[in-house]
Amino acid sequence: MAKIIAGLASSHVPAIGAAIDNKQTEDPYWKRVFSGFEHTKKWMAETNPDVVIAIYNDHASAFSVELIPTFAIGCAAEFPPADEGWGPRPVPVVKGHPELASHIATSAILDGFDLTIVNKMEVDHGLTVPLNLAFGSPTAWPCPVIPIAVNVVQYPPPTGKRCFDLGRAIRKAVASYPDDLRVVVFGTGGMSHQISGPRAGLINSKFDKAFLDGLTKDPKKLAAMPHLEYMREAGAEGIELVMWHVMRGALDDKVKEVYRFYTVPASNTAVGHIILENVGKPAKKAAAKKSAPKKAKGLRKAA
Amino acid sequence: MAQAKSKPEEYEDIPGTFVFNAERSRQGYGINMFCMSLMKDENRKSFRANEAEYLKKFNLTPQQTEAVLKRDYNRMLELGGNIYFTAKLGATDGHSFRHLAAEMTGSTQEDYAKMMLEGGRSVEGNRSRSGKYDKPAKKAPAKPKAKVAAKSAKKSKSSKKRK
Repeated sequence: MAKIIAGLASSHVPAIGAAIDNKQTEDPYWKRVFSGFEHTKKWMAETNPDVVIAIYNDHASAFSVELIPTFAIGCAAEFPPADEGWGPRPVPVVKGHPELASHIATSAILDGFDLTIVNKMEVDHGLTVPLNLAFGSPTAWPCPVIPIAVNVVQYPPPTGKRCFDLGRAIRKAVASYPDDLRVVVFGTGGMSHQISGPRAGLINSKFDKAFLDGLTKDPKKLAAMPHLEYMREAGAEGIELVMWHVMRGALDDKVKEVYRFYTVPASNTAVGHIILENVGKPAKKAAAKKSAPKKAKGLRKAA
Repeated sequence: MAQAKSKPEEYEDIPGTFVFNAERSRQGYGINMFCMSLMKDENRKSFRANEAEYLKKFNLTPQQTEAVLKRDYNRMLELGGNIYFTAKLGATDGHSFRHLAAEMTGSTQEDYAKMMLEGGRSVEGNRSRSGKYDKPAKKAPAKPKAKVAAKSAKKSKSSKKRK
């Protein structure tokens, strides 16, 4: 039976991707940002998930104003990096997990979440930057990734509560998948930032820190925050933070914060990052697990 | 039922901000589709060759055309452009998000970069036009900005120009 073991959230600033691609990660400015993810890479390597479900948003790459799905799940076998005006990022093609993705789509739709199913999609920095931050720059991403795109470009994005509840639906779907897969869910975007209009450059560290605290302290209350408050307090584009609620909703009620990092700025943005583990079972597994025989297949129960 | 129909949205009270809502999306469809077209190199070339001529394909209003030709990014947002789209026009000109942000705030690149390194624009005094949310509230600390700046910018004196 598949199981969600942990969640990770991180900003996805495009300039972070550019710094990686232009080999500037050792510059003092960027070192300050990347040093915060050294521990993360170790944690990822030890946790070694079988699948990542990445909640992210497209930035006028795969979806323009022609088509604006509120929630879209990538069910393709692979997702090439998009050309965002500078040529595609030199990162590996993202391999999907079509079987689990379709299972989640089916389960979530029957659960009341009318997901848009995407069988052909390019992915932009919104997805690939968090993959770099978690996995570094390997020649191939170490596990399949299921992208779930959330509209945060045209107002209104889905509410925080709806996002949280989608997380719950994803959790239920994963728990009813027959294979023994260990899944980590990524929430991406944020934290406080505004990149448009005369108020651009807005940062609110106090808001951001309270948000990070709220993820363990009272996630349901945090998810009830109205859109207006994100835009006013965390900048027009800070509303991307609703995507973190999907990640949080996919975890158990009780989680343990195992890591946190926060720095200002990366380009226009406050960089926030957190790792939460479900407390039921340790997320880290023995290195031998992957070769261990699958068991309990016959014992599975519908969730 | 008592429902205020044409009440202005509360987010219109946020200063210096154009929320990309359904109405702006509808008005700005042409601007945003023009910007999308710049994802292709051949289109970037023909736009550069004759900007005004190229824009004719997108059914823009004269005001929108003028805003694009003048690279007036705030005006583009006001007329329905969205930053993730207009950034593609910026990229065509070789400019990053941060470069455009500096322009939209009316600062020089240097001043904007400095402001960000010092912890960004404070939310204090920037919450609302009406002042509704900026009354000294219990949860508003006196100077969060200085605190953040001290912590975050310390290590990074030399920031090179980035994309």
